[in-house]
Amino acid sequence: MADLSLDTLSKEYFDVLKELGNIGAGNATTALASMLQCKVDMQVPEVRMLEFKDVGAILGGEEQEMVGAYLGVEGDITGSILFLVKKEVAMHLVKKMMGDYASDEFGEMERSAFKEISNIITGSYMNALASLTGMGIFLTVPDMTIDMAGAILSVPAVEFGIYGDNILLIQSKISDEIDIDGYFIMVPDMDSYGKILRSLGIIVD
Amino acid sequence: MEIKVGMADMNVCTAPDSIITLGLGSCVGVVVWDKQTKICGMVHVMLPDSTAISQNSNTAKFADTGIEELVKKVVAIGAGRARLVAKIAGGAQMFKVSTASPSLRVGERNVEAAKKKLAELKIPLIAEDTGDSYGRTVIFYPETGVYRIRAIGREEFEI
Repeated sequence: MADLSLDTLSKEYFDVLKELGNIGAGNATTALASMLQCKVDMQVPEVRMLEFKDVGAILGGEEQEMVGAYLGVEGDITGSILFLVKKEVAMHLVKKMMGDYASDEFGEMERSAFKEISNIITGSYMNALASLTGMGIFLTVPDMTIDMAGAILSVPAVEFGIYGDNILLIQSKISDEIDIDGYFIMVPDMDSYGKILRSLGIIVD
Repeated sequence: MEIKVGMADMNVCTAPDSIITLGLGSCVGVVVWDKQTKICGMVHVMLPDSTAISQNSNTAKFADTGIEELVKKVVAIGAGRARLVAKIAGGAQMFKVSTASPSLRVGERNVEAAKKKLAELKIPLIAEDTGDSYGRTVIFYPETGVYRIRAIGREEFEI
């Protein structure tokens, strides 16, 4: 596995992520619609490979206030997944879920609700990956933070930084009354890249 | 003028300009400064150790090679090597998760590595604001040596 690098894997992995993005977004849309009990529309997600220095800019600047949920990936593959939305979008989702119980601030309850939403959405993506690859994939309990986009993104960037100078980002566009732009950054450990690609028949031993 | 430093990037700056990096999380913003010539440089390091990683061509990404390269750059534009002092900020831990991922502790390790390299190069560390769990935007003014730090929901302050 020593000869694998993110740059050589990127093309195949890119296509996998795109397909995964499509199925995952479909699952997530269904899950969201039933949780929020409203009609939710979905557009084809975008998958992008970005240089570190450009990462902050596409999310509306490095200082854009965002809410991020970070989950560990365990099972047949290991790694992590980050789900990221703008603060007002996060608040909108929380209010949809909690109804009259939500305040305008991220207190204990609101944070807990956001974690649950993150669980459902990222779970939809991981289920898509699990059924595509036939692997058992589990998520750890999420942690969340409200901070600058750049600071939150430094976490997956560091993980990508071990392998190269780019980061892979899935941008999903879902909308109910407002546009819910959600960003996913999946960072499988190096061995897991190979496992994913092998299980899909992209790499043959 | 405000000179920008991106993630895993470095740059130099002379007064009256200032140098900025936005949204430091677990990364560390290391500044070296010569008070007399008012020349400074900043590097935004992501990882502690270039020797632990095979893809290490970008020197600015690592505390060890980044600081070394930065010192060369400021000296090349006229800073006095013996007069250099340093200030550092960043190195937060953004998330706490029950996974074994060592990258979550990387902030702490980046700070340690930066200090170790500065000590090795005999550059005194005169101020720091590191650790904790929040992101920082940092701006350095080589005119005065002020390192200004801003974070969401906190008063802006100087070190």
